[in-house]
Amino acid sequence: MKRTVFLIFCFIGIAVIGMAEVPSGDWILKQVDENIGSDNKIAVTQMIIHGRRGSRAVKSKSWIHGIDKSFTEYLAPPREQGTKMLKLGDQLWMYTPSTDRTIKISGHMLRQSVMGSDLSYEDVMEDPQLHKIYDAEVIAEETYLDRPCWVLELSSSETEVAYYTRKVWVDRERFVILKEERYARGGKLLKTTEVKEIVRIQNRWVPKKIVFKDVLKSGKGTEFIMESIEFNADIPSYIFSKAALRK
Amino acid sequence: MIIPKLALRNLLGAGLRTWLNVLVLSFSFVAIIWTQGLYKGMGDQAIHSMIDIEYGGGQYWHEKYDPYDPLALQDAHGKVPASLKKMIGNGQATPVLITQGVIYPSGRFQSVLLKGIDPSQTIISLPSGFIDVEGEELPALIGSRMAKSTGLKIGDMVTIRWRDAYGTFDARDAMIVHVMSTTVQSVDEGQIWIPLKKMQELTRMEDEATLIIVSKDAVNPPDIQGWEFKSLDVLLKNIRELVEVKTAGSSIIYVILLLLAMLGIFDTQVLSIFRRRKEIGTLMAMGLTRAKIIGLFTLEGAMHSVLAAIVAAVYGIPLLIYFAKKGWAMPQAVDSYGFAIGEKLFPTYSAGLVIGTTLLVLIVTTIVSFLPTRKIAKLKPTDALRGKLS
Repeated sequence: MKRTVFLIFCFIGIAVIGMAEVPSGDWILKQVDENIGSDNKIAVTQMIIHGRRGSRAVKSKSWIHGIDKSFTEYLAPPREQGTKMLKLGDQLWMYTPSTDRTIKISGHMLRQSVMGSDLSYEDVMEDPQLHKIYDAEVIAEETYLDRPCWVLELSSSETEVAYYTRKVWVDRERFVILKEERYARGGKLLKTTEVKEIVRIQNRWVPKKIVFKDVLKSGKGTEFIMESIEFNADIPSYIFSKAALRK
Repeated sequence: MIIPKLALRNLLGAGLRTWLNVLVLSFSFVAIIWTQGLYKGMGDQAIHSMIDIEYGGGQYWHEKYDPYDPLALQDAHGKVPASLKKMIGNGQATPVLITQGVIYPSGRFQSVLLKGIDPSQTIISLPSGFIDVEGEELPALIGSRMAKSTGLKIGDMVTIRWRDAYGTFDARDAMIVHVMSTTVQSVDEGQIWIPLKKMQELTRMEDEATLIIVSKDAVNPPDIQGWEFKSLDVLLKNIRELVEVKTAGSSIIYVILLLLAMLGIFDTQVLSIFRRRKEIGTLMAMGLTRAKIIGLFTLEGAMHSVLAAIVAAVYGIPLLIYFAKKGWAMPQAVDSYGFAIGEKLFPTYSAGLVIGTTLLVLIVTTIVSFLPTRKIAKLKPTDALRGKLS
């Protein structure tokens, strides 16, 4: 009897210690946002889109301020070079050098695929803070890419989110998302992202190479390569104006 | 009465020359009526199909609905107004909810319009009853063109992805329960039809619609705030304009035919006046005024068209009736032109078309016949009797 009671106390003790070691999902998500989040960012990225008829690369430079303002200039391929996009809230303008015209595009365009890739414009041009739109819960601990991770299940706390639920693998020490699964409201897996390389920039751990994959579509997905990123960069206010599109 | 008799005798007396002119003119008659009938038939057939399968007696569109802007569909939906609910309850209208979606047939990505319709509706002839299926899977109805472009067939499962009213992604596997064969491309190409209630639930657009189709016998549809009533005149405007453009384009063929026939008649008239100078002189000497002689020659020319109408009727009526009954098989490529005409085109000939064409040919022939006869007005009887043209 004494032995049984001792064992029960041992189990409870271990469980309590274990629980104490695992922080809350919301806290982890906040750390993730703090690691990668910044008021201002300037990033040069490359997307390698693997299609049925081969692969093509799209290179761009983006100036991002929060989730409302962003300005993107396409640097390559030559056909897209000089194309610029400005997003202010839910309004979108596009400038094409071939026509030398600026056109206002429906805000719904943000939900369309970027040049046939597995990413939408909102995926590329927005930088949402996950802890503000999702409730997180730790559901497992796993190792991914030889790194210890918490597996978090995120369920939307707001109505207007693109993905109703997400499952993320967060590096326990670096607070960076290494793998992600994005689900439809009905529970169907839609997209996955897998980080292939991480670098340390300005005391932050930043995914350098991510593979985005629309799982419903056959193919190898889209590689997203962060060539450079500058956090809390000094962005002049004129960048987020329509005049900047023609410069 | 002597002038018409004389004109007819002269005309028939000319023999082969007259009959050649009459034959060419009769071709123009038949060609004009046939081509006009074809385009009228094309228009009528398309309009009838579109009313029957897509438009009903008109449609109420949500104020933000623009069929040419799929991106705007996201906001183009609203609660079905109470007055229309009453019409829907009475079987005089049926709501349709439309949203943009994506399907993944064989791992490919293809944009579609996802349309929700009441399976029990009888307002349009869409075979919506096939999606009245209870079960786990989402039943889907597609058209044969859509089936061909996606490679889908009855019993296939396909994943459909869309964004609901709040922009959240959702996806379901749907089962193709029926592939409909329809002449109307605009309810087929790039579209998937699913049950309305299920779609409203999945898209979180409970009790909402993008457009409401009213029945053909509905009278005086009421004005409703936030919804615009599109009458059949508005909905069919494009197709009517297209038929008008096609008809005008085809007129070049019969203008050429008519020109050829008129050239023949003009030449005949010039030759007649030249060869019949002495006859003209004699008629003048016998007391016929110049106006009467001009009338005689003009009538001779104009009678070509009367004879042509009779000849055209002899071989044209059986030919045109045959086409009207049997139809004209359309090549496969016509399906992609945007006309809802199906595999066979049935020409429509109206009384107006036949009378109008006859009058047109008669007037043109009369004018062409009159022009060369003006020379007679300047003719002196003495010169004419000696065979001279002054």
